Amino acid sequence: MGNGTGIGRVRGLGSAKHGADHWWRQRVTAVGNLLLVTWFVFSLFRLPAHDHASVVKWMGSPLVAVPLILLTISVFWHLRLGLQVFMEDYVHEDGSKVAALLAINFYAIGGAALAIFSILKIAFGGVLA
Amino acid sequence: MSRNPGRPLSPHLTIWKWGPAMAVSILHRATGVGLAIAGGLGFVWWLVAAATSADAYATFLAVATSWFGYLVLIGLTWAFFQHMCSGLRHFVLDTGAGYDLRTNKIGAFATMVVSVLLTLLVWAPILLMARH
Repeated sequence: MGNGTGIGRVRGLGSAKHGADHWWRQRVTAVGNLLLVTWFVFSLFRLPAHDHASVVKWMGSPLVAVPLILLTISVFWHLRLGLQVFMEDYVHEDGSKVAALLAINFYAIGGAALAIFSILKIAFGGVLA
Repeated sequence: MSRNPGRPLSPHLTIWKWGPAMAVSILHRATGVGLAIAGGLGFVWWLVAAATSADAYATFLAVATSWFGYLVLIGLTWAFFQHMCSGLRHFVLDTGAGYDLRTNKIGAFATMVVSVLLTLLVWAPILLMARH
């Protein structure tokens, strides 16, 4: 970034050119959440029992485990984007903002990883019902 | 942040009269953050407990079915439906439709009514059955 000409002073200070991408991914995951979380609420509601054995047996089916993994990806991606906007709007000090954004990424990726691993472990029969 | 006191301030949030659109806007944010933190942590706890052992799952279930657990679950259900209805309204607004004052107000109000109704639809049968 130079300080001579007008264009030199403003170069690099504009948008990061990622705004449309962020906006679009938020919408795509929103549609994913709409379908998958509605399915999830409905399925849990319809499950006859919620004890360990019933839930493990239920999650063993590919038609449950796969939507549940897709739900995890869609939801955690969406919440990562949403929390990012929240922090960008309310945290103005650069150091705290970077720390907050780092924490959000660790939370979203860590949470999704734990959830997906747990679903797979159950689905592949690694848990005694 | 320094500002030139000679320049006018843009109108602050506090001087506007509250309307349904403003309420739904901030509710969208609040429910989103609530779902992201409480919903996300609860979801991960549920799955990790189920993948760990029957004992770990029993601990989760004991907390989830306590009065506090029910309060959180009912709150999350409402937060989900509010965020969902408000999100659907955003899809309509994204197309450029629904900005005239009357339609916008009705749409905003409808998200709040529908979210409460859907929450009742899910929880009324559960709570009624639990009593019997």
